[in-house]
Amino acid sequence: MRRLLLKNLLRHPVTETAPEPDGAALAELAANLDRAARRKLGRSLAIREVDAGSCNGCELEIHALNNAFYDLERFGLRFVASPRHADVLLVTGPVTKNMREALARTYRATPDPKWVVAVGDCAVNGGIFAGSYAVEGGVRSVIPVDLHIKGCPPTPEDLLKGLLALLEGI
Amino acid sequence: MAPLTDIATKGRKVEGHRPWPRVVVTKEVWRLAIQEFVEARATLLGLWGDTGAAHMALLDEASNDILVVTVEGREFPSVGKLHPPAIRLERTIRDLYGMNPVGLPDTRPWLDHGVWGVKHPLGARKRSSGPAAPYTFLPVEGEGLHQIPVGPVHAGIIEPGHFRFTANGETVVRLEERLGYVHKGIESLMTGASIDKAAQLAGRVSGDSTVAYALAFSRAVEAALGVEVPPRAVWLRALMAELERLANHFGDIGAICNDASFSLMYAECGILRERTLRASNACFGHRLMRDRVVPGGVAADLAKDCVEGLRALVETVRRRFPELIEIYDNTASLQDRTVTTGYLSPSLAREFGAGGYVGRASGRAFDARKAAAYPPYGELDFTVPVFDKGDVNARVWVRIREIEQSLALIEQIIERLPKGASPDGASPKGTSPMGTLRADLGTPGEVREGIALVETFRGDVLVSIRIAADGTIARCHLRDPSWFQWPLLEAVIEGNIVADFPLCNKSFNCSYSGHDL
Ligand code: SF4
Repeated sequence: MRRLLLKNLLRHPVTETAPEPDGAALAELAANLDRAARRKLGRSLAIREVDAGSCNGCELEIHALNNAFYDLERFGLRFVASPRHADVLLVTGPVTKNMREALARTYRATPDPKWVVAVGDCAVNGGIFAGSYAVEGGVRSVIPVDLHIKGCPPTPEDLLKGLLALLEGI
Repeated sequence: MAPLTDIATKGRKVEGHRPWPRVVVTKEVWRLAIQEFVEARATLLGLWGDTGAAHMALLDEASNDILVVTVEGREFPSVGKLHPPAIRLERTIRDLYGMNPVGLPDTRPWLDHGVWGVKHPLGARKRSSGPAAPYTFLPVEGEGLHQIPVGPVHAGIIEPGHFRFTANGETVVRLEERLGYVHKGIESLMTGASIDKAAQLAGRVSGDSTVAYALAFSRAVEAALGVEVPPRAVWLRALMAELERLANHFGDIGAICNDASFSLMYAECGILRERTLRASNACFGHRLMRDRVVPGGVAADLAKDCVEGLRALVETVRRRFPELIEIYDNTASLQDRTVTTGYLSPSLAREFGAGGYVGRASGRAFDARKAAAYPPYGELDFTVPVFDKGDVNARVWVRIREIEQSLALIEQIIERLPKGASPDGASPKGTSPMGTLRADLGTPGEVREGIALVETFRGDVLVSIRIAADGTIARCHLRDPSWFQWPLLEAVIEGNIVADFPLCNKSFNCSYSGHDL
């Protein structure tokens, strides 16, 4: 393990040397996001994710924000375990009827000021699941939504862009 | 006579059900079928409702034969009464169809939380009257016990479900799961839908397995309609399926280690997962490869010049992954958390027909890629790693070995990929002539039925389909591997400390969405 740690120390981090062409754009995006958060909130942004009936695809990409390529935390964006510590609720899924109550409660447990971002096509209006007896049809039908980030699922970059747009708009 | 053949001869064979037979049986023969489970001669592959009937899929693990038996009427002898793996399936049939499995020991609702505004949504829909009675958890008695309710909203970025722990100090004496929170009514949305729309729904049953689900659905449709998939599409499907397996296994290994507070592995595995997703995106235009497998074939050919990226991916993993395995295996603090934790006995794994790494870490070698041997796997060289220790560590090791196998499979597929439309083997995306990558499905003109069993990264998914004469879906049932894994998680946590639950849970990584449907 020491060998690997040492190698990692000597090696350039993937976040900067990523051969992918979007590397630079990504870093810029995340830095902007951090600046906006500090300007508006005076501190970093705390995000609470709520799965309100997703297929789990959106969660996979939200997770990816934490990997070394996107490394959200270095820009002062962090996921928190409790809605009581959150500024932003990131809600996925068409909102199933079985999750309606839990989503509403999570919203009530989040202190003001708070913002809600609906993530993924099915969070907009139910998407492909719209019309089912078991879904409400979008996050907006249960709690107020400040921003929608589309995609099925949205890519990590789409997610970063969306969060930036939210902060710009606050 | 083989056990399933015996039952098959006692029923009325249904024409046009492919590739495995379906027979309509009497309640007596249905009982004989249950007996096959009790006497461990057959494995329950699925049990689902239909209009005026219940179907059950049986697997003979010795011969890999599959048989579907159907019993008609609104009542049938409960399977769960004698064979516990069927209990939640029967509770679901009650919820969705209002049918009565006679003798079912647990008649509490399962997916129906009493807020749909309708009862029996797939049966003779009735408006439900007012809010449901509160759910009663199983009683727990004893001195010094306390309960810890967790969820449905969890602390991490994971799917919702409720866990009710009863603990004595630190030790868990019982875990009871309550699921159904993400029930979206997918099977009802499929009813009456076009095949293409239903394929998209199938690809959204469990997002992490979108390729495998789309493949299972497509294979069931193709079996029903007797459609032959173009060879290049067959191989591209397998390529996607193995990339999906790789990405998920990296994610799982990292997440398990993270729950043992070993974040180095989490970070390193996260990098390999991301590289896999990027390579997939470069080849198929979507990081999860969603909607790329379609009934009849694939939606698009490989992007130009992406094969080099795949080779580079394989090479990177081959170089980096062994170092990670070494760390995993030689870090005492990590091994201390995973070895002997969350033990699943081979007999329980067998009884429940546990698929994927859950079964294969407890001695059950079943893998649909071998057992159902759908193409092109019959032509590919790979092994199914099996361990018998049954703990978290063994479930990690199955994944490690499967990653190695998937790398070899990807190499073989790239090497032997049948040529496409254009001379260099790859046709520009979206311009491939139909028929090269996607066979025409046509309209059946009569009712057709099909069934498919496909290996997702977490185990086998079963899809059963009935297509109406006009080509729309009359009934489609999708059984996630998690159905037979969730109940086992309850069993393995017993006697472990509460703090080890996240580890056990991640090592199972059951799907909520796939289960709740
Ligand atoms: S938007 Fe797509 S990926 Fe996200 S939860 Fe909905 S169906 Fe799944």
